[in-house]
Amino acid sequence: MLTAGIAGIGRTTLFLIREMGRMVVFLSSTTAWLFRPPLRPFQILKQLHFIGFKSMFVVVLTAAFTGMVLGLQGYYTLRKYGSEAALGAAVALSIIRELGPVLAALMVTARAGSAMTAEIGIMRITEQIDALDTMAINPLQYLISPKVVAGLIGVPLLVAIFDVVGIYGGYLVGVDLLGGNSGAYWNSIESAVEWKDVYGGIWKSVSFGLIVTWVCCYKGYYTRMSAEGLGTATTEAVVLASVLILVWDYFLTSVLL
Amino acid sequence: MSKVSTIKLVGVEKAFGSQQVLRGVDLTIPPGKLTTIIGPSGEGKSVLLKHMIGLLQPDRGEVWVDGLEISRLKGKALNEVRKRFAMLFQGAALFDSLTVFGNVAFPLREKLRLPEPDVTRRVEEKLAQVGLSGMGHKFPAELSGGMRKRAGLARALVMEPEIILFDEPTTGLDPLMAKTIHDLIVAMQRTFRFTAVMVSHEIPEVFAISDWVAMLKEGKIVAMAPSADFQRSTNPSVLEFISVGGPAPLASALPGS
Repeated sequence: MLTAGIAGIGRTTLFLIREMGRMVVFLSSTTAWLFRPPLRPFQILKQLHFIGFKSMFVVVLTAAFTGMVLGLQGYYTLRKYGSEAALGAAVALSIIRELGPVLAALMVTARAGSAMTAEIGIMRITEQIDALDTMAINPLQYLISPKVVAGLIGVPLLVAIFDVVGIYGGYLVGVDLLGGNSGAYWNSIESAVEWKDVYGGIWKSVSFGLIVTWVCCYKGYYTRMSAEGLGTATTEAVVLASVLILVWDYFLTSVLL
Repeated sequence: MSKVSTIKLVGVEKAFGSQQVLRGVDLTIPPGKLTTIIGPSGEGKSVLLKHMIGLLQPDRGEVWVDGLEISRLKGKALNEVRKRFAMLFQGAALFDSLTVFGNVAFPLREKLRLPEPDVTRRVEEKLAQVGLSGMGHKFPAELSGGMRKRAGLARALVMEPEIILFDEPTTGLDPLMAKTIHDLIVAMQRTFRFTAVMVSHEIPEVFAISDWVAMLKEGKIVAMAPSADFQRSTNPSVLEFISVGGPAPLASALPGS
């Protein structure tokens, strides 16, 4: 009984270590293939359209309501201390430093990441990836690298949009609806937000773009060969990418602050 | 396609986890002929086929293609060998994001980088040969199983390979369509004289179309002979398999009969 328990722990540990090793090898091979010709600008554009442009609606929606709820909560909290004038700074800093990168990345994971896992998984199950191999075309280069590049470019751009929309959402509630001072809102943003905050947010979003595409492509690429296996892979991809985003966010914040 | 190639497997062993699939396969595929590998389901016939093109690596043993041992090759060296191959997968493995035309044109555009007029000419020619003229604009999802197999065959033929591997090309088709696909494979093989290796369950049909027949059982090749001789085999495993595979009366399988 006891030995079975220990064996179980050992088995799980070995599995996790092997899985992590495989993920690192997957990422490093994909990275190596990024720089080898033929570079595929058309594939990258296609993926950028899918990851970036098609995620815009959901990102804008999330950003607007995030900004609005921050405006609402912030206004009533700050009013207790007579500091409504700092509302702009409160909204902008929360969004630029944390909420923008994290929420946009989570939305991309849910919308584009899950679809990536499913697409690559189906290609694996229906032997389309093997077909690429037999044609002497490296699947990592043809399928995965363009997605990773698109993630690295697309997610920061989405975050930039998120930031702007979120700040206007806060303005809409804090100033237009609740009657805060418009000049004070913008003024507090200008004096409180530094370039360091913006750069920090951009760096975060670049790394999140990598995490989403890496994890979601990996899970699809190594899916088990059944419908149930692909379902599990998609769930695991979304959960693992989301958790990694939040954990990595903490570490990055502690370094950047 | 002037050159004909031979494949030789020596003592190939392969296990997946604790399940030993191939237990020392020795097999020489005659050049320029159609060789069919038969055997019970789940015996690893497809696994064997995937070893020939380097999609799987043996745990032990060697795979030779025209005097070159390929089982330990990687990257560029393996791709060089694969350029001489094509494979028709069980489900045809067409890329579902591309049209039939795009699928057949894919290797020409990706590997040969031919000018578009040449691509069009060669693709139309191959589509006509497999009876899919005028179907180039359709997507794989819009095709019947038989048409998908034909499109897969056109894609396999378009690079004019020296060796084509067929993984159960008639599985899931009605008998009439199965015969059409068989006839097509034979016609193409007779015309272009490539080395063909087919995995099939279709007994007795394969005897009429194959030059050579080999049987895989319990992870080993138990018999291999020219098609006519194979049917007269006295090997008990062969007798059992080909008599069951033949037109056995259903009633005899019912209890009490």
